[in-house]
Amino acid sequence: MKCIMNKSCVTIFIIVVISLTLSCTKPDSQPVKVGVAGPHSGDLASYGLPSVKAAELVINEINEKGGVLGKKIELLIEDDVCKPELATNTATKLVSQNVHIILGHICSGATKAALGIYKDSKIPAISPSATNPALTQSGDYPNFFRTIASDDAQAKLEVDFALDVLKLKKIAVLHDKGDYGKGLAEFAKSFIEESGRAELVLYEGITPGAVDYSAVVQKIKASGAGAVIYGGYHPEASKIVMLMRKKKMDTILISDDGVKDITFIKVAGEYAEGVYATGPKDVSMNPLAIKANEAHKKTYGSDPGAFFLNAYAAVQAILNAIEKAGSTDYDKVTKALRTEYVETPLGKIRFDEKGDAIGVGFSMFQVKNGKYVEIN
Amino acid sequence: MLNLSEIKRSLLVSLWFIFLTFPIMVIRVNPIEKIVEWRWGNMLLVGIGSFVISFIWRYFIRQKELGLKKIEMGEKITPLLKKLAIRESKYVKSLFLTLVIAAVLFPFVFSTYQTTIMTTVLMYVVLGLGLNIVVGLAGLLDLGYVAFYAVGAYSYALLNYHFGLGFWTVLPLGAIMGAFFGILLGFPVLRLRGDYLAIVTLGFGEIIRLVLENWNEFSFGPSGIANIPRPSFPGIQFSLQQATVYQYFLTIGLAVFTIFVVNRLQDSRIGRAWIALREDEIACQAMGVDKVRTKLSAFALGATWAGMVGVMFAAKTTFINPASFTFIESALILSIVVLGGMGSVPGVIIGAFILILLPEYLRAFAEYRMLLFGAILVLMMVFRPQGIISNVRRTYELKGIQK
Amino acid sequence: MEYFVQLLLGGLTRGSIYALIALGYTMVYGIIELINFAHGEIYMIGAFTALIVSSVLTLYGFNEFAILVLASLIAVIYSASYGFTVEKIAYKPLRSAPRLSPLISAIGMSIFLQNYVLLAQTSDFLPFPALIPEFNFLKNYEHVFSSSELVIVLTTVIVMTILTLLIKFTKIGKAMRATAQDKKMAMLVGINVNRIISVTFIIGSSLAAIGGILIASHIGQINFNIGFIAGIKAFTAAVLGGIGSIPGAVLGGFVLGWTESFATGYVSSDYEDVFAFALLVLILIFRPAGILSVKCEV
Repeated sequence: MKCIMNKSCVTIFIIVVISLTLSCTKPDSQPVKVGVAGPHSGDLASYGLPSVKAAELVINEINEKGGVLGKKIELLIEDDVCKPELATNTATKLVSQNVHIILGHICSGATKAALGIYKDSKIPAISPSATNPALTQSGDYPNFFRTIASDDAQAKLEVDFALDVLKLKKIAVLHDKGDYGKGLAEFAKSFIEESGRAELVLYEGITPGAVDYSAVVQKIKASGAGAVIYGGYHPEASKIVMLMRKKKMDTILISDDGVKDITFIKVAGEYAEGVYATGPKDVSMNPLAIKANEAHKKTYGSDPGAFFLNAYAAVQAILNAIEKAGSTDYDKVTKALRTEYVETPLGKIRFDEKGDAIGVGFSMFQVKNGKYVEIN
Repeated sequence: MLNLSEIKRSLLVSLWFIFLTFPIMVIRVNPIEKIVEWRWGNMLLVGIGSFVISFIWRYFIRQKELGLKKIEMGEKITPLLKKLAIRESKYVKSLFLTLVIAAVLFPFVFSTYQTTIMTTVLMYVVLGLGLNIVVGLAGLLDLGYVAFYAVGAYSYALLNYHFGLGFWTVLPLGAIMGAFFGILLGFPVLRLRGDYLAIVTLGFGEIIRLVLENWNEFSFGPSGIANIPRPSFPGIQFSLQQATVYQYFLTIGLAVFTIFVVNRLQDSRIGRAWIALREDEIACQAMGVDKVRTKLSAFALGATWAGMVGVMFAAKTTFINPASFTFIESALILSIVVLGGMGSVPGVIIGAFILILLPEYLRAFAEYRMLLFGAILVLMMVFRPQGIISNVRRTYELKGIQK
Repeated sequence: MEYFVQLLLGGLTRGSIYALIALGYTMVYGIIELINFAHGEIYMIGAFTALIVSSVLTLYGFNEFAILVLASLIAVIYSASYGFTVEKIAYKPLRSAPRLSPLISAIGMSIFLQNYVLLAQTSDFLPFPALIPEFNFLKNYEHVFSSSELVIVLTTVIVMTILTLLIKFTKIGKAMRATAQDKKMAMLVGINVNRIISVTFIIGSSLAAIGGILIASHIGQINFNIGFIAGIKAFTAAVLGGIGSIPGAVLGGFVLGWTESFATGYVSSDYEDVFAFALLVLILIFRPAGILSVKCEV
């Protein structure tokens, strides 16, 4: 054929051969493969990288002891930048590498996009951080588990706290228009309206990254709200609380897990004092948590980041389930996840029918002297 | 090349960059813990790096200028790619054949992951070709193209959710919705030119996204819509792998269809009118071309493809939320068009391959990949500003007279 | 009424920030007809440099005034240098290229600079020290109009005045106007066009740095991503006012700031950006070249 001698033809042939050798994945089922997916680059990397470190720590420890079921454990780490469209690529990549179980994804949107693929391939996924209620409550994803409580539980806690403890009559609800923040705010709104004990005086979304929020702060002031329930992350929350205090307003700020971050206190400084935020129950006294944190400090030389302990617990649950199930078979592993208790830094946990962890919940914290203190 | 003045120049460049990158590369402050970290190693790295790069940079700039001079002096250079653009049948036929074979074999040779990636690339090929109608042919700078993409995706997601309409019913509907929104945008901006048009289209794209984000009752807001069914085939239940392959072929079909239509459009009456409009609006009107109709048809036809790809996108990811339709996405599609070569169909195809595969295969560089992506965009433009395959205007030479 | 005044003042502050960044856009656009997408990143780098310098100086125990002066000065110098270098690398080789090529180059530069700061520094938000001192005479009105807001608004007005005078009455201003009108002719009458373009980038970048320092100090935090939204908004402001016109950029900034402020205050902040862009579309439909469409200015 004339084509053989053709330059372009040869080039294409070479490209094909090279990509073939690069992409061929040998179906070697010897080690247990755990996929770790989440944002490892981009602006949300700080939420994804701690879970990679958690997985590395647990798995190195187990591998040194000889692995699980006599097999070594291998980590496959893939970046999804928290984008749904990339998460499907990430998921297919992991599936074609024959992973047995997934730690991830981190963001709820990316998780939803990826779960369909895992479900069809019969791979369980455990997220340390995806809090969207529909993930477990819709019943669409029998392969999904998480080591964090869902958003509605958080919103409920926030609203109950505002009504019962602070006894407020007028509440404003703000959110950052994001998946997480707005979802939470919607729940808070409906809980307030259902209770009928307080008036929802303002319900609004703010633009994250906007240069300032003085107009919305004025609106809060004019609404006469006693407290603002904010759904979103700490950068906007700190801007709002700083502006409110500078404008001499003493409106209480109640926020969520995205704000219960040490960076919030450091950034907002003195203005952070008195802010309430819900977050996973304080486990700093748990000996396993202390051990995990110390291991992180020893290996990486820094304090662990967001969702580190949730991810740590998730990996432990994964390994425990495989061990108890005696294989990496989907049905056996998911059954073991639902029935077998495991000791983790979050306490003794197992998962319920829907996939939520039993024994993992939220409590209310308040900033006191530059620290989050749990309120009982 | 390695004479003293050259070394001196590079040394100066290297010193300049050491100065320039000093605060950001060398010092890292942690105002929270009140720690300042000095990373002198980076300074050395920047110094050596910029020294070497400045040599390479100047070498290539010189090469480029040499090339320009040659063209000015009337020399004709027809590299392989250019021949391709002129559609020399010898090359095209054999290349086309290999491409078809490669495309058909692809999903059976490579893993599902590779097939998914290739599907994504093909979707961007279609998006690029669609935008190419607006930007490349009609010369209307559109920075909000992603809005039509979103319209298509949400059409499928919502129609499926509320009325259970299937993929095949919505595909043409998505195209119509896209065209409708194209005209909707086209009307108010008829009078605007150049960069005013650019900013208004950018605003339009943002408005669509913001409405999707805020209007929960309509679009389910930022939490998006999940469980969108994959494309169906009557009577067959696909496994994940089969569905991926099926979708891959669907996308190929759409891409081939688009290439065919765009090629035909280019040579049609309306295509000529677009090009005329791009070159000179006033002269074009004087020639009797209906400006309103031409512009609106460019917007509408461009948006049609985005609407269709939107439907495919929703069917592929099975989950959509407004975060997928940001300005960056518009910029990416525009980059595909410009990088490949405006107005040129093979150019846009190659552009899509480069810009979508690059970040995907740069995964190995993990956190450096976006940095490299940015750098490559700049470098490509500096060294090949007309794009990889520049559009060759058809010229007619009267050879007889010269003799 | 108090509510209205508050919104008015808030919009004024916000608009001033847009205006400071928009000035850089409008100058660059006036001269080489390029939407300099990397301009927002220059603003971010200015703020980052100021943060780094001030943190180092605080550690060495300098007093507040010295920190303010030194940090601003160094940040302005660095932003100007970055602007200058970006132009030399990414735009100068493209002088004779098709019109959209520099635009893509600019988008690439913007992505590059963002990730450069992300990798070399951090992805986290960092607290920014309050560099702007609190004035005593404003003490009782601090909750209505704070010192930093006053400084921001005043700086914008002063900068705009100086810039207008510079362009109207100095030699370099004249050269800029000539270059903006016709590059070839300017070259023929002996103007060093490349130098003029460099100067434009340097001035524009310095203004972005000033904007960066002021807003970072006002809201108290920065990260590598702040340039993007601010950049798009500032560009909108520049077009709104009539791109290429200096008073236009400032007016556009104010109009945009007020629109957003009042839209939030009287309607809803959900649709704050929708209002801003809708206003832009409306104004451009009736005045296709912006509010102050000046032909001959830079």
